[in-house]
Amino acid sequence: MSELMIKIDNVSKQYRLGAIGGRTLQGDFESWWAKKRGKDDPNLKIGSKVYEKNETFLALDGVSFGVKKGERVGIIGHNGAGKSTLLKLLCRVTAPSKGEIGLNGRITSMLEVGTGFNGELTGRENIYMNGAILGMTKKEIDSKIEDIIEFSECRQFIDTPVKRYSSGMYVKLAFAVAAHLDSEIMIMDEVLAVGDMAFQKKCLEKMSDVSKSDGRTILYVSHNMNTIRQLCDRCIVIEHGKKVFDGDVESAIKIYLRKNESEELATKIVYGEGYQRKNVEKGILFQRTRLLNRSNPKCFSGEMLEFVVNLRSERDWENINLRFEIQANDSVFATCMSDSGMDIKCGRNYSVKFAFNTTHIVKGKYQVSLVAFQYDDVGNELLIDGVYPGFYFEIEEKINTDNKLVWETQWWGNIHLQDVMIIEVSETES
Amino acid sequence: MINESFKIIIRSETKWYDVDLKSVWAYRDLIFLFVKRNFSTRYKQMVLGPVWLIISPLLGTVISTFVFGTIAGIPTDGIPYFLFYMCGNSLVWSYFADCLTSTSGTFTANAGVFGKVYFPRLVMPISSVITGLIDFVVHVLMFMIFWVYYKVSGAQINFTWAICLIPMLLVQMAALGLGCGIIISSLTTKYRDLTVLVGFGMSLWMYITPIIYSTTSLSDNLRHLCMLNPMSPVVEIFRYAFLGTGEVSLLYWGVSWFFTISVLFVGIVLFNKVEKTFMDTV
Repeated sequence: MSELMIKIDNVSKQYRLGAIGGRTLQGDFESWWAKKRGKDDPNLKIGSKVYEKNETFLALDGVSFGVKKGERVGIIGHNGAGKSTLLKLLCRVTAPSKGEIGLNGRITSMLEVGTGFNGELTGRENIYMNGAILGMTKKEIDSKIEDIIEFSECRQFIDTPVKRYSSGMYVKLAFAVAAHLDSEIMIMDEVLAVGDMAFQKKCLEKMSDVSKSDGRTILYVSHNMNTIRQLCDRCIVIEHGKKVFDGDVESAIKIYLRKNESEELATKIVYGEGYQRKNVEKGILFQRTRLLNRSNPKCFSGEMLEFVVNLRSERDWENINLRFEIQANDSVFATCMSDSGMDIKCGRNYSVKFAFNTTHIVKGKYQVSLVAFQYDDVGNELLIDGVYPGFYFEIEEKINTDNKLVWETQWWGNIHLQDVMIIEVSETES
Repeated sequence: MINESFKIIIRSETKWYDVDLKSVWAYRDLIFLFVKRNFSTRYKQMVLGPVWLIISPLLGTVISTFVFGTIAGIPTDGIPYFLFYMCGNSLVWSYFADCLTSTSGTFTANAGVFGKVYFPRLVMPISSVITGLIDFVVHVLMFMIFWVYYKVSGAQINFTWAICLIPMLLVQMAALGLGCGIIISSLTTKYRDLTVLVGFGMSLWMYITPIIYSTTSLSDNLRHLCMLNPMSPVVEIFRYAFLGTGEVSLLYWGVSWFFTISVLFVGIVLFNKVEKTFMDTV
């Protein structure tokens, strides 16, 4: 399983900025003739020089890595980082300006929806076309066509020209073809976003499946971190054409999202000037938060985390409540409230000590937003102040001594509710 | 450096002779699928469909016979002008012109597909050349019907031994059309001017080829000049084969072959160079 499938060796791709190919033969000839006679190029704008260095743009700048058989590698990076250029080079759509790429197998790619589909042909004909583009023979495709049609959920429309398909059907068929064809390497570029949630899930499962059972190598580009978490076992971060990280998925995502590692380990956070807040115009309330009795914000599930929050306001407030919005992977999955309200006087300092119960929260890293609010008689919220994030904590896993099932957060979520009671088990006829 | 243990190696720089014809052969299934696609998609959503294959050359021949044969009275060595023109135009020229024009747009017309998947790009132009053969066969059948009709009516027309050369001529026309076409398509990725040139260039080329006239009606000097056109010997041999008029000049045919192979060679080398990075300039 350690055979190297893809090796990228110091690959760069250079593009010329400005008008590319927008010139005429006559224009090129004039420029060439002027250069021959040592005169100025008549087609250049006055003041600009020929082949200036800043006229080029390095979409990829000396990227190297290798991918082994059966690996599922996610590639993340901001728009324009060079992800798609990298995939294009791998698919041999365009050649690198520098460096070499070695591939050990055939590639199926889905760079865009409906790759190589011809609108006039029916779904079935297009399946054969795509197979042939991959270099498969008709016989090989014949043996797979039933599976493809079944997976694509398009059986009813398989003999209709694909130009009549909806974009969802297009993706479904395209993915079904790519997933079932015999290739050793599969490249997916963000295409799944078009399909509905159910199909996306099906695709991710299929990809994990073919990777595990057939040892196919997968390169997957997405901006959806959850799908990256679900599919990939390794992740590469690309920024400005350079590889900045190559390793485990969580660290890669953290680098991509520019999370601050030191803050996550801090036991004291001061909400200074410019801290991310909501509702600044009503005045600042939260000052700082400090963790008690611990050297780092880590604990086991079920333990109490004790915090002190310092408050100070420039006006009076009555019956203020606190809310804790708990986030994982950048979305709030649970919220809890303080159990009672409190009054705050203008210009005084308060410190509120509270105990936070971590029961039901599974292992992982979390951030908590602190929100102070009041509410009126009909239950409408009146926001006072909020800090994002208020503090961080991490739930650690207990050593698995009692042989329990390992929790899979990416599929089951962050909350492990109480076990469901089985009241009775009895045999039935049917 | 990447060692040779990899099946596919992508390099930034390749030698000019690094043409991978073996992989084109490996993709022969794809060539035939493209041929099938080209043919079946051409007549989708048309009322008359493939009937157009017969109507357009027939109408063209009728009009040309009226203009060049009846009004202008161009001499044809005693052959009915209708057959004379049909042999030159429908059999020879239309196949050659079809090869050239359909392959000349390879890169620009298929940028969508080429931009997403890899397969040997030569597959595209080769499949268009093969698609043209279908038209050719239909034209030959149509020509034979009129040939029999004129023969029965007593025209002086015969098949000659040169009919055995037809396959070679077909290959030559395909090669010349493909060669010119892919040179143009390689250059059009950067210079769009050439697409304009193809349109009227083809009709100019037709006029210097003995399609609407016979070389026997030219003066000796003009005739030699005309025969240097690589398509002229092809037309002459076709006429000799089907109508028994004119002659087979091996010297000019040899020159024509030399020209064809040179053009094809240059075309493939150029095409091979352009296909690697044309997506960046198209």
